Amino acid sequence: MLLGEVDFVESTGVMVVKSVLIFIGVFLIVPVLTVVERKLIGRFQARYGPNRVGPGGVMQPLADVGKLLGKQVFRPENAIAFLYAIAPGLVILSGILTLAIIPFGNVEDGVGLYGIDVSIGVLYFFAFSSFAFYGLLLAGWASGSKYSFLGAMRSAAQLISYEVSMGLALLGVVMMAGSLSMTSIVEAQGSIWYVVPQFVGFLIFMISGFAETNRSPFDLPEADAELVQGFQTEYGGMRFGSFLLAEYLEMFVVSGIAVTFFLGGWMGPGPPWLDPVWVVVKILSLIFVFIWVRATLPRVRYDQLMSLGWKVMLPLATLNVLVTAILVTVL
Amino acid sequence: MEAKLNADKTDWSPFPYLDDQDVISVQRGPEPGGLPGAYRAFGETLRGLKTTFGRIIEGPVTIQYPEEKTPVYPRFRGRHKLHRFEDTGLEKCVGCSLCAAACPADCIRVVAEENDPENRVSAGERFAEVYEINLSRCIFCGYCEVACPFDAITMGHDYEMSDYNRSDLIFTKEMLLAEPIDRTPLRSEGE
Repeated sequence: MLLGEVDFVESTGVMVVKSVLIFIGVFLIVPVLTVVERKLIGRFQARYGPNRVGPGGVMQPLADVGKLLGKQVFRPENAIAFLYAIAPGLVILSGILTLAIIPFGNVEDGVGLYGIDVSIGVLYFFAFSSFAFYGLLLAGWASGSKYSFLGAMRSAAQLISYEVSMGLALLGVVMMAGSLSMTSIVEAQGSIWYVVPQFVGFLIFMISGFAETNRSPFDLPEADAELVQGFQTEYGGMRFGSFLLAEYLEMFVVSGIAVTFFLGGWMGPGPPWLDPVWVVVKILSLIFVFIWVRATLPRVRYDQLMSLGWKVMLPLATLNVLVTAILVTVL
Repeated sequence: MEAKLNADKTDWSPFPYLDDQDVISVQRGPEPGGLPGAYRAFGETLRGLKTTFGRIIEGPVTIQYPEEKTPVYPRFRGRHKLHRFEDTGLEKCVGCSLCAAACPADCIRVVAEENDPENRVSAGERFAEVYEINLSRCIFCGYCEVACPFDAITMGHDYEMSDYNRSDLIFTKEMLLAEPIDRTPLRSEGE
């Protein structure tokens, strides 16, 4: 098998149709997620959350987008125009590209229910999820503002700290499944979901996932209390909205990867047509965990973030990989 | 009883009342870090998650203000009310201006007028021709209520009095005699 080889190729028409479908589906989920998150956080804090726009507040995303679109398009004087403008695009692009490899189901009637099935699945995921940080760094640097710059520096440091342990956490699964391809990894979980044998890896992946998506308690790059939204300080209107969209997209993608690697992907009781439903249900329950954690934990201090990443997560992930390697070889 | 003089004092320690058994050692938490620290941090994280999840199960406690109103206690001092006798319909206020005299914020203005025996307004000899309360100055202390010899003015339960103009906050006698449009909910027993 060649590196970068695609296991299963369909006709171009099918590819286009399913890309558009997955794209639209996820983009429709994102606004729903924003309102669900606000409602849920409200409930976690013993209040209602948004309930004024539409019945029960369900039209809140429309109102939000309308507000963002109505904002003046503004750029600070000492910002670098071109980079300032493309940075949000890069972040969204990264989210969409990583979305492509999340399998929503197996090959059915000659159509794979995923964007593409690359045989280098994990590497593809890391390559393009790290791509988002170019966007963040560019945004922070091109804004020409000290808060943005500090936020960007923090996100860079955070990425380096957590990317490593995230990769090692997935390595255990890759060794057990003996493949980098997402579909083969899901198929290898037919007897038992990897969350059981790889529980440590799952925890490490989720904690790194919080850091990767800049979600609380690791939302230091945007720390609204001290950095006034960090790298997004100088962004307004729909450009700010794009960062928000990218954040939810990344949350969806990280949950999707966790579902694929640890929670058995499309595995679940019921007929095969239920497969995508199972994937979405699993992803949404992981997103619930994301929101739950956000409602619970306070933001960690910068040095705590660093020491957790390098002194706890990395050794733990390495140990996990070593033990898995030995067990896989021996058994 | 003879006052104890300093000259008689023998114990000059700075803490004369502290016996050894009264000294309490400071309770310190466990040292941070290490494996026990990590174990505790994990446990405390789970405890935090449990706490927030409990809030979802209990449900919201907030009051949706414009639709639901906070109930007030019976003795809550809200907007003033002027009263009439229930049987005759005459005003209780006789224009004595004691409320104006008692008012620390000086927000009540009373102009008294002689009652026409044919067409009485109040039960007394005189009545209040003008009775105005400037609610933008009122501090809701309730002294007017206390000062009134006829219980003609009481503090009601209304607390929604915001307006766009200061002049609209000067309440005339007719406004004070009228019932408020929306009744403020009263707190039930034990609530």
